[in-house]
Amino acid sequence: MREVAIVGIGYTKIGELWERSLRDLFVEASLRALEDAGIDDVDALYVGNMMSGTLQEQEHLGALLAGYIGHPGIAAAKIEAACASGGVSLHQAYMAVASGLYDVVLAGGVEKMTDRLTPDVTFSLAMADDMEYTIYSGVTFVGLNALVYRLYMHKYGVKQEDIANFAVLMHENAVNTPHARFRRRVKLEDVLRSPLIADPIHLLECAPISDGAAVLVLTTLERAKKLTDTPIVIRASAVATDYLSIYERDDMLSLRATVLASRKAYKQAKLEPKDINVLEVHDAFTILGILALEDLGFAERGRGAVLVKEGEIAPDGRVPTNTMGGLKARGHPVGATGIYQAIDAILQLRGDAGKNQVPNAENALLQSTGGVGGTVAIHILSRAD
Amino acid sequence: MCMSVPRYWRERAYRYRLVGTECLSCGRRYYPPRRVCPVCHSRNLVEVKLPERGVVVTYTIIRSPPRGYEKYAPYAIAVVELLDGTKVLAQLTDIDLSEVEIGMEVEAVFRKIREDGEEGIIEYGVKFRPRLTGH
Ligand SMILES: CC(C)(COP(=O)(O)OP(=O)(O)OC[C@H]1O[C@@H](n2cnc3c(N)ncnc32)[C@H](O)[C@@H]1OP(=O)(O)O)[C@@H](O)C(=O)NCCC(=O)NCCS
Ligand SMILES: [Zn+2]
Repeated sequence: MREVAIVGIGYTKIGELWERSLRDLFVEASLRALEDAGIDDVDALYVGNMMSGTLQEQEHLGALLAGYIGHPGIAAAKIEAACASGGVSLHQAYMAVASGLYDVVLAGGVEKMTDRLTPDVTFSLAMADDMEYTIYSGVTFVGLNALVYRLYMHKYGVKQEDIANFAVLMHENAVNTPHARFRRRVKLEDVLRSPLIADPIHLLECAPISDGAAVLVLTTLERAKKLTDTPIVIRASAVATDYLSIYERDDMLSLRATVLASRKAYKQAKLEPKDINVLEVHDAFTILGILALEDLGFAERGRGAVLVKEGEIAPDGRVPTNTMGGLKARGHPVGATGIYQAIDAILQLRGDAGKNQVPNAENALLQSTGGVGGTVAIHILSRAD
Repeated sequence: MCMSVPRYWRERAYRYRLVGTECLSCGRRYYPPRRVCPVCHSRNLVEVKLPERGVVVTYTIIRSPPRGYEKYAPYAIAVVELLDGTKVLAQLTDIDLSEVEIGMEVEAVFRKIREDGEEGIIEYGVKFRPRLTGH
């Protein structure tokens, strides 16, 4: 297998972008990524997206967008794995270059969510779980995470405020992130006083419904070295799955797919959790952020919230996590999120992270989660020097 | 949003009567039903009627419902562990939302799940209610 590097990044601001269409967002992110890479010879395109069919009544994004970025003719396809679509799109692109089949591949993601009302988006998001049996009951995607949240507090005796703290830190980190959806601070009282969406999950513990697109340019490490002084190497790329619905699992308090994919990734990269300086976790809800810290090996089971409380995951802590605001505050345009995670980590590795820069960031780990852990994609990125 | 009649009809036994499958090789039971046992990989599975009683393992109250369920909100959803250990997910019914708690004993009842708009079918399924004493 060939070594693979990322040589270009492009992204739009995340928000309620009523004046921008899906294709418009994706084209902007792609052109910026190609400009950043300084190349325009593309062999293949993967587009991470979950809901274009139900929210935009548009499928066949691969061919549609290949044409609009100026490359009709290339190999292209939409990659769908619910909220992990972005992470899995990166995995496909990585394999395409590593295998030797293609030399330059775009790994992108896009989601256009705000054209629809919340009940419609809620229904579409629920398609990440089993429609015939689970969603049939009337449970929502937020509700599924709420079931895990309640059980977690019950089993470990952890207080809600310690879990909700995760959202406070995310909003703090996003204040300095130009592309973030929310650039305002919130207090713990605000989080706990915000309306309940699915008890015990409050509005301010949820990632927001957002629009956005993000794209990476991948090529071989050999070519990357000629193109840029700061190539970012993909040291590991792993995907794992689990039973789709939580009640089918023996243990509802650990996302087994995170455990499986991260152990594969640590092995591929020959790294351990202690070597990771920048962490991007899929905090669609505060509880998922806490579980990720445990399943990735940074905290004991039931102890994830302690890391948050002790300041360990802040940009100046031992395990800086979601330094640009995470899904909670940077935003969560579902199919694009896995790519935004890579971009936020790359800004750190390149030393371009501004006020939230982590000194000497060398290795970053990204966790992109689909459903309540039905699919998890893990990537480890490192500075090439 | 209307569910087609055949799609609804073909799942009716599993949805109305809590029918799952049991692996004859390792004894594990599954709901929803499966043809292959993911634990021992046996394909020797048969349909089995699951117990109708169990306890609430965890629950939530849905306040921001999906399209089609608006008029029932807020409502409680629980993961219920049945007496044989199989877990299912369902709505709770005939209960004051403030009284739901982990560990409460519940039993299955047949209820309307939703009306699929003006033209669609009325969909039914299993919900759980607090266990009535004395039976
Ligand atoms: C929580 C949720 C239901 C709120 O949506 P909503 O009830 O329609 O909220 P509204 O759009 O009416 O927004 C009300 C206000 O809260 C703000 N807001 C909405 N969602 C927010 C969020 N998640 N965090 C912070 N603020 C939020 C809005 O900006 C708005 O503020 P304003 O009144 O100052 O304009 C929605 O954000 C949601 O479903 N999030 C989860 C998405 C999800 O599941 N993603 C996939 C996970 S993998
Ligand atoms: Zn078996």
